Amino acid sequence: MIHSLFLINNAGDLFLEKHWKSVISRSICDYFFEAREKAVEPDNVPPVIRTPHHYLINIYREKIFFVSVIQTEVPPLFVIEFLHRVAETFQDYFGECSETTIKDNVVIVYELLEEMLDNGFPLATESNILKELIRPPTILRSMVNTITGSSNVGETLPTGQLSNIPWRRAGVKYTNNEAYFDVVEEIDAILDKSGTTVFAEIQGVIDACVKLSGMPDLTLSFMNPRLLDDVSFHPCVRYKRWESERVISFIPPDGNFQLMSYHISAQNLVAIPIYVKQNISFFETGSSGRLDITVGPKQTMGKTVECLVVTVHMPKVVLSANLSATQGTYNYDPVTKILLWDIGKLNPQKLPNLKGSLSLQSGAPKPEENPSLNIDLKIQQFAISGLKVNRLDMYGEKYKPFKGVKYVTKAGKFQVRT
Amino acid sequence: MIHLIMDTFLRYLKEREQEQLVKILSFMFYIFRHDDLKEMLDSNKDSLKLEAMKRIVAMIARGKNTSDLFPAVVKNVACKNIEVKKLVYVYLVRYAEEQQDLALLSISTFQRGLKDPNQLIRASALRVLSSIRVTIIVPIMMLAIKEAASDMSPYVRKTAAHAIPKLHSLDPEQKDQLIEVIEKLLADKTTLVAGSVVMAFEEVCPDRIDLIHKNYRKLCNLLIDVEEWGQVVIINMLTRYARTQFLNPNINESLLEDSSEKAFYASDDEEDEDKKAEAAALVKRKPYVMDPDHRLLLRNTKPLLQSRNAAVVMAVAQLYFHLAPKAEVGIIAKALVRLMRSHSEVQYVVLQNVATMTIKRRGMFEPYLKSFYIRSTDPTQIKILKLEVLTNLANETNISTILREFQTYIKSMDKDFVAASIQAIGRCATNIGEVRDTCLNGLVQLLSNRDELVVAESVVVIKKLLQMQPEQHSDIIKHMAKLIDNIQVPMARASILWLIGEYCEHVPKIAPDVLRKMAKTFTNEEDIVKLQIINLAAKLYLTNSKQTKLLTQYVLNLAKYDQNYDIRDRARFIRQLIVPTDKSGALSKYAKKLFLALKPAPVLESPFKDRDHFQLGSLSHLLNAKAGGYQELPEWPESAPDPSVRNVEVKDSVCARRTVLTGPEGAGVLLLQTTRGILISLFRQMTHELLHHSHSEQSSGTEDRKRGRKAVKNQKSSSESESESESSESEDESEEESEEESESDTNIRKKKTIAPSGSIKMYELLHRITGEGLAVEYCFSRQPFSPDPNMVAVQIQFTNNTNSETKNLHIEEPRLQSGMRIREFAEIGLQPSESVTVVMGIDFCDSTQAANFQLCTHTRKFFVSIQPPVGELMTPVFLTENDFKKEQGKRMSAHPRFSTPSCSIRVTATANLSRVPCGSDKECRFAGKTVSSGCLVLVTVTTKEGGRAQLTVNCEKMVIGTMLVKDIMQALSQ
Repeated sequence: MIHSLFLINNAGDLFLEKHWKSVISRSICDYFFEAREKAVEPDNVPPVIRTPHHYLINIYREKIFFVSVIQTEVPPLFVIEFLHRVAETFQDYFGECSETTIKDNVVIVYELLEEMLDNGFPLATESNILKELIRPPTILRSMVNTITGSSNVGETLPTGQLSNIPWRRAGVKYTNNEAYFDVVEEIDAILDKSGTTVFAEIQGVIDACVKLSGMPDLTLSFMNPRLLDDVSFHPCVRYKRWESERVISFIPPDGNFQLMSYHISAQNLVAIPIYVKQNISFFETGSSGRLDITVGPKQTMGKTVECLVVTVHMPKVVLSANLSATQGTYNYDPVTKILLWDIGKLNPQKLPNLKGSLSLQSGAPKPEENPSLNIDLKIQQFAISGLKVNRLDMYGEKYKPFKGVKYVTKAGKFQVRT
Repeated sequence: MIHLIMDTFLRYLKEREQEQLVKILSFMFYIFRHDDLKEMLDSNKDSLKLEAMKRIVAMIARGKNTSDLFPAVVKNVACKNIEVKKLVYVYLVRYAEEQQDLALLSISTFQRGLKDPNQLIRASALRVLSSIRVTIIVPIMMLAIKEAASDMSPYVRKTAAHAIPKLHSLDPEQKDQLIEVIEKLLADKTTLVAGSVVMAFEEVCPDRIDLIHKNYRKLCNLLIDVEEWGQVVIINMLTRYARTQFLNPNINESLLEDSSEKAFYASDDEEDEDKKAEAAALVKRKPYVMDPDHRLLLRNTKPLLQSRNAAVVMAVAQLYFHLAPKAEVGIIAKALVRLMRSHSEVQYVVLQNVATMTIKRRGMFEPYLKSFYIRSTDPTQIKILKLEVLTNLANETNISTILREFQTYIKSMDKDFVAASIQAIGRCATNIGEVRDTCLNGLVQLLSNRDELVVAESVVVIKKLLQMQPEQHSDIIKHMAKLIDNIQVPMARASILWLIGEYCEHVPKIAPDVLRKMAKTFTNEEDIVKLQIINLAAKLYLTNSKQTKLLTQYVLNLAKYDQNYDIRDRARFIRQLIVPTDKSGALSKYAKKLFLALKPAPVLESPFKDRDHFQLGSLSHLLNAKAGGYQELPEWPESAPDPSVRNVEVKDSVCARRTVLTGPEGAGVLLLQTTRGILISLFRQMTHELLHHSHSEQSSGTEDRKRGRKAVKNQKSSSESESESESSESEDESEEESEEESESDTNIRKKKTIAPSGSIKMYELLHRITGEGLAVEYCFSRQPFSPDPNMVAVQIQFTNNTNSETKNLHIEEPRLQSGMRIREFAEIGLQPSESVTVVMGIDFCDSTQAANFQLCTHTRKFFVSIQPPVGELMTPVFLTENDFKKEQGKRMSAHPRFSTPSCSIRVTATANLSRVPCGSDKECRFAGKTVSSGCLVLVTVTTKEGGRAQLTVNCEKMVIGTMLVKDIMQALSQ
C-alpha cells in the first residue's frame, strides 16, 4: 500500500524519508513541488497527485507536508487517515509535531514509522501499544540514557498486540486513580449581514484522561442522550450498548484519548451566544474606509463569554487601520492583511466597540467585497447544547476512582458575513 | 583514498573556487566519520554500538548513502541489546537489496528466531526475514511463511499474512503456493488475522472470489472486532464479492424507472405494445427477496458508520451506496456530512464522493444542504467541490436559497472561486427552467463588474444560456457586442464573436461593424479569437455579402499568412466553401446550411457524471482514471448464483439461519401471519422439546448436545413450513443441511452448543473483554430442572477465547436473598476456543431478585449476577378450556388492559406459559404455574374490533401478576 514517506517543510526542504518497500528516489517529489508551486497556498495543494508511475498522497499539518508514495489502487482516505495518525503519534510523543522535534528525535521517529507500517500496511497504530514498544523521550530519561547507555526501546514485548483489547496496556498501576472527562463543544455558524443565522451546528467531542489501574470497565451515562443523534466512537466503545441503552460502556485506553465525537445539526437547538453589529464600508473617493464593530451577548445562559477575539481578513488594498477600541487591543498586520481584535472578557454592561478609519492604497479601485469576520470565544463550565453527563460507573476493579467532568463551549468556524 | 580526495579537491578548487571548498571538506569529514562509525560498531560496548547505529539511521533518514557500512553493521545482527538489534534490522531491510551476498550472512539468525518459544520473537524474525528483498532466499521465506501460517499464536499467523504480499512481489511465480496459504489463513477465526489475510488476498489473488464463499459469514460476523485498517480492506473486498453473488436490490425500481422514461418518449401506438411487454416482464420477474447473507453484510457494517476512522466510514458508505436497497442508502448521508468537519484532505476526498453520489441520489443529501455552504476561509479546492455539490442538489424548491448563497459567493475575493460560482449559476439555470431568466439577468449585471475575469466567465456562461432561446435576448447580444472593445480575455472574446456570428440576423447592423473592428486587430489576437473571427466573417458573408464581402476577403487573406497552420487551414477551407468559383465543388451550394444550421444548446453537465462506475472511495474514482491494480466493480448478476456455496459446516449454517429468524424480516413474517397454524406448530415444537427432555433425565454431555440439535431442527422445520416467504432455494438448502446433519458424526459437533430457539433470548453474564477472553452467556432454557423441580433451569454457555486452557471453572460464594437456593454445576475446564454448555438450577422463590455469585477459574474470580425476567419464573401447565375458566373464576386480581393487536408468540416469548386450546379465534389463553410455589398463572388475550385487545392476567401473587402484565404489554406493543 504505502511505499514511502517523505517529510517536507514549508520552505520545500525534504528532511526525512522512509521506505517500506524498495527505495524510491526522492526525485519523485519534484511532481509534488510542481503542484505546490502551482497551488500558491499550502492549503490548496491537491491531496492526490498523479505521476507517470506513482501517486502521491499528501497531507499538510503543522507546517509540514507528509508526502506518501503509492503505486497501486488504495482508498485515498485510508492513506490520509493514516498520515494524520502518524502526525498525532508524533504530537503525542514529542509534545508537538514540528520540524525541529522530528529532527531532534529522528531515531525515535524512524523506529515509530517502522512499527506503524509493515510492507506498507498499518501494523500498530494504537498509542498504548507503541508506547510499550518505544518509550517516549523525557528529559530525565534521555539524561539517564546518555549516562548509562540504556535505551528507549522497551525491553518488554508488546503484549497489547496479542490481546482482545489492543488499545490498553497490560498491568497498569497508579497510586491515584483518576478519570477526567472534558466535554468540548464548538459552534460552527454562518451569520449573514443582518445577523440572522444562515447555518449553525454544534460539533462536540469528549476528551478523556483516564489513569486507572488494572482493567476497569467504565460506563458513562448522560442526562439527555437523545440530543446526540450522530456520534462516532473510539474503538473501545461498545456499539451495541449505545444502540440499546444509550450509555457509553468501554474499557478505556490508558492516558489521554478522544472517547467520542458528536454532531448536533438541528438548528433550533443551536444557541448563538453573541451578536455582532458591524459596519465596514469603503468610500468611492479618497482611498479610505470606515469600520465600526460592536459585540454583545445574546444567548449565554448567564455565563461569561471569555477569550473573545475578532479576526478580519482585509482586502489587499487596505494599507493601514487607525482605530480605537473601548476594550481590548487591536493589531493590523499590513503584510498578511489580518486585523485582529483581542477583546477578552465580554462585559454585558459596557459592550466592546472598535471604531475608526481604514486607509487604502491610493489610486486602487475600492474593494468589491466587504471582508467577513471570524469570531473566537470560549465559555467555561457550559455546554451550549445542554448535554450533561449523568454518572460514571466503574466495574471490574475494587478501588474508588476520583472522577471529574468539565464543560467548555468554544467558537468553531464562526463567521459573520458583511 | 586520500590521493583521490586530494585530486578532486584540487580539481574543484580550480573550477569553482571558494564556495565548493565547504562541500569538499564536509565530504572528507563524511568519509572519515564513516571510519569512525566502523570502529564504534566493532567495539564490544553496546553503548558505542548504539550511538553508531543511531547516527547511521539518522543518515538514512536524511537520504544519505551509508551502504559502505554494510559489513560492519550486519555483524551486529545477533547483538543482545534490543535497540541495537532493532536499528540493525532497519538498516538491513534498507540495504539488503543492494548487498545481496552480504545480507545472506544474517539469514541464519532469523531462521533461529523463527523457532523461538516466544511468539513475539518468532513474529519479528519472520517480519524482517520476509522484508529482505533477496531472491535467493525465496524458498526459505516460503517455508517460513507456511510454517508460520499454522503457528499456534494468532500474532505469528498475522505476520505470516503480512509476509505473503512481500514474497509475491519478490517472486510472482510462487503465486500458486501462496494462494494455498491464503486459503488456509482465510479460514482463521481470529480477528487479528482477518484484516491482514484479506489484504494479502487483495494483493495476490483478488479474482479468486471462490476462496471467500466459505468464509463470508465469518468475515461479516468478525468485522466489528477487526482493527480499523483491516475493516477498510475487508469491507471493500466484500462489496465486490456481494456484487457477484447477490441480486440487485433495486431491480424492480429500475424497471419502473425505465418504463416511465420510455412512456415519455414513445409514440402512442408504440406505447401500448411497450406496456404489454413491460407488464409481461413485470409478471415474469419474481418478487425480489434479499438473500439473508446480503442482509447480514448490510446489518453488520452499519454500526461502523460510527467509527472514528474516516476511511472506515467511507468504506461503509460506498458499500451501502453500491449494495443497499434505495430506501436504506440514506443513512450514510449523516455520517458523510460528519466527516466534513475533519481535516481538509479528508473533506476533499469525501466531497468528491458526495458529488458523485448527489448525481444519482440527490434526495439523500438534500436535508444537509446547509452543511455544504461555503466559508470564506475554506481552501479554494474545497470551495469548488462544495459548489459542485450545491449545484447538484439544486431543484425547484431550494433553488432560491441556493441562488441567494451564490450571490454572496460572487463577491468573494477568491477569483477562481468566483469563476466557478458563475459556472454553477449557469448550470442551475440550464437545469431548472423557472430560474433561467433570473440567472441570466444576474449574469448580465455581472458584465459591468470591474474584474475582468468575472466578466469573461459571465460571457462564456451567458453564451451557453442564450443558445437555448436566442430570439428573446437580442438586446443582451447587443450589449455583449459592445463589450468586445474592453474585454481582453481570449475565451470571452471568442465567445462574443461566436454569439454575434451565430445570431447575426438578430443584430444585422452591429455584426458587420464588429467584423470591421476585428479585422483591424486580427494580427494581434489569440488563436482561438482568430478562428472565431474567420467564423464570423464566413457567416456574415453568407447572410450579408453585400456589406461584408471585402472585409471577409481581407480577413481570409490575413489568415492565409498566419503563423499558425490551423488558422491557415481553416482559412483555406472556408474560402473554398463560401466563395463560389468555377472549380468549387458541390459543397459550396450547401455552405449556408452548413454554417447556419441550428445548433443544439450545450448541456452543462457535472464533471462527476458517470463517475460512479468506479467503486466509490477508491483512488481510481478520485482520479477518474483506472489506477494500477484497480479491481472493477462487477455488474449485478442476472440471476443469483447458488447461495449454498457459503454454507460451511453445519454449525455455522445453523448460526446463520438463526440470525435470519431473529432478524427483522424473519420476525416480520412470523408476526404478520397470525393464523393458528403458526401457533400450533410453535406449540408442537415446545412440546417436542419437553417430550425429548423427559427421555434424557440426566444431563450428560452427549445427550445434551443431541437435544440441542433436535431442538434446532424442530424449530427450523416448523419455521420453514409456515413462512412462505422463504424462497424455494433456501428450503432445498436447509433440507440438504438436515440430511447432512443426521448423517454426520456427532463428533464433529462436540463443541456444538444448544442453539436457543428463536424465542429464547441469550443474556450476557460475562463479556469476553471483562472476562479476559472468557465469555459467558446464559439463557433460560425453559426446561424443568430435573434434580429439583422447584428450581429454574439456567443454561450457561462458556466460550474460551484465549489461547490457553481455562481450568477449574466453578461457582463460589453465592450471595442470595433469604430462601433462594442454587444448585451448582460440576467443575469444568475449557480448551482454547472451546465452548461448553452446562445447566444449573436456581430457586428464585418466585421473586425477580438477582442471584449473585462468583465465577472462578484457576486464575481469576468474576462477580456475576443472574436476574430472571418474571416470565421465566413459571412453567407451562396444560389445562382444558373449561378448567381454565373454572380456575379463572377462583382467582382474583384481573388486570384488564387495552393494547394494540397482539400475537400469541410474543406472549410465549415473554413468559414460559403454554397455550390453552380454545374454540374462539378472538381469544388466546395461556396457563402456567410459578416454579417454586406452584401458583397458577392464567393469561387471556381477547382481540376486539378496531385492532384493540384486552389482556387479563389472573394470579394469586399480586406482584408477579402486575409485573407480568407489564412485560406482556411491552412485548405486545413493540
